[in-house]
Amino acid sequence: MKFVAVIRQVPDGESRLKIQGNRVDLSGATLILDQMDEYAVEETLRLKEKHGGEAIVVGFGPERTEEAIRTALAMGADRGIHVVYEGFADPVAVAEALAGVIQEEAPTLVVTGGQQADWDSQALGAALAEALGVPVVSWTTALELEGETAKAKHDLDEGAEWVRVRLPAVFTTQQGLNEPRYPTLPGIMKAKKKEVKKVAFQGAPKVEILEETIQEKTRLQKILDGKDPVAAAEELVRLLHEEAKVL
Amino acid sequence: MVLVVLDHDGNKLRKGSLEALTRARALAEALGSKVVGVLLAEEKAPAEEALAYVETLYTATLGPYTAEKWAAGVLAAARQVGAQAVVAPSSRQSRTYLGRVAYALKAGLLEDTLESTVEGGAVVATRYAYLNRVTQKVRAALPVVLTVKPNTTPLAEPLPTRGEVKTLEVPSVPTVEVLERLQEEKKGVSLTEADIVVTGGRGMGSAEAFRLVEELAALLGGAVGATRAVVDAGWRPYSEQVGQTGKTVQPSLYIALGVSGAVQHLAGMNKSKYIVAVNKDPEAPIFKHADYGIVGDVHQVVPALIEAVKRLKD
Repeated sequence: MKFVAVIRQVPDGESRLKIQGNRVDLSGATLILDQMDEYAVEETLRLKEKHGGEAIVVGFGPERTEEAIRTALAMGADRGIHVVYEGFADPVAVAEALAGVIQEEAPTLVVTGGQQADWDSQALGAALAEALGVPVVSWTTALELEGETAKAKHDLDEGAEWVRVRLPAVFTTQQGLNEPRYPTLPGIMKAKKKEVKKVAFQGAPKVEILEETIQEKTRLQKILDGKDPVAAAEELVRLLHEEAKVL
Repeated sequence: MVLVVLDHDGNKLRKGSLEALTRARALAEALGSKVVGVLLAEEKAPAEEALAYVETLYTATLGPYTAEKWAAGVLAAARQVGAQAVVAPSSRQSRTYLGRVAYALKAGLLEDTLESTVEGGAVVATRYAYLNRVTQKVRAALPVVLTVKPNTTPLAEPLPTRGEVKTLEVPSVPTVEVLERLQEEKKGVSLTEADIVVTGGRGMGSAEAFRLVEELAALLGGAVGATRAVVDAGWRPYSEQVGQTGKTVQPSLYIALGVSGAVQHLAGMNKSKYIVAVNKDPEAPIFKHADYGIVGDVHQVVPALIEAVKRLKD
């Protein structure tokens, strides 16, 4: 069996972002394996440990993305494939670029993050499933293999459901799916020797970024002392009613 | 043609559908085109209501929702009318099945947009990125698939005349089998569409204390939210989680009770019009992002707030 995790490298949510020439400048930011993709890596490792086979990590993005692929390899993935592209590519273009690479592996299933921490996109898993001609289960919180099928629990807009799906299929992650392991020191050493195959991006982005800005809303910062809770609550409600006019 | 996907709860159109309609009409006008609607149902759908808003409405009843079936339905309608643009309210489900649709149409996918216009035959839209911290202006040539972020757009008015229904043939597609729906008890308004959201954090202290959060939310006609810590502790369901791995909300008023203000949480609510924080720690990061706040114990302040709101309403 082959379990594929599709990953990207993104700035850490705690990193301070700045704008340079109408674009986000990541030069000062800490870059990490996207935390939603980290669940995907962990899930493929658990599946491999339980059912045997191979855990493969497929990364998309600029050259630096190899760091995130190495992180996944240090967690325990067997080998990596890196589709290299330096610019911005929308999920449809990324899916086009990855579909061929993934099809060649003929995986049992594919797992990727439910949302990307850089483009805030939720579409990659679905676009990839369409490209591969297989079903998608999004926002997965539980996943079990049962012969030729998988049983999965996933979130809907309201509530959740259990589904059964014939494999192969694509799953996107949701918090709660698992607790990703930390790479161990021996894991990190081993990862250095693992194979990362480089593949050139083929495709054409369909969405172009014209401008990026950081618009932090100036907040009023009227903070009241709650030593007298009744008086503070009264004043807060007055402000919301008379000043903000939201009540 | 501009195809608008009308989302609903079985009985009524969701508010987001009326926002999507407004956007679809503006795009159609700029493109010299017309709006047609598609209404997909598990069992029943508010077709009568929908016909007040579009001249032509394609409908299909598809049984339990799956991303594949909904994608096939939208695709069938898009191909039938030769859609240059597909416009839909943004939700987790729509952002899933429209990912499939965008790929199938080889379309530019513009997710969760705040605004959209036509410039030189292409669609230009703004949206948030980097966990809601950056505003992106993006452009895609036609065809496009565009989702509309809730609470960003005026609601559409009904048309003077009633539209006509056309039944849509939807091909069957390989998909998942739904084994069991775990429906949550519906309480009040939906979190992403609510105009007021009251969120409790770990500082609420216990699952029981959330009755204060529920009471305040109900009193204000708002929805209850929760932080990741609270969801992880099992005090509240995932569907109420606001933040990076939960839902993104943009209400007029966001009230954070006992919430410290971690970056991951801010990512889900930092675009709210007004933010109110109540926390006993004056150094809590949430206060830096608040318009109004009270430094105090939620167990004393929230009951007092409830009473103060009741007095205001009287």
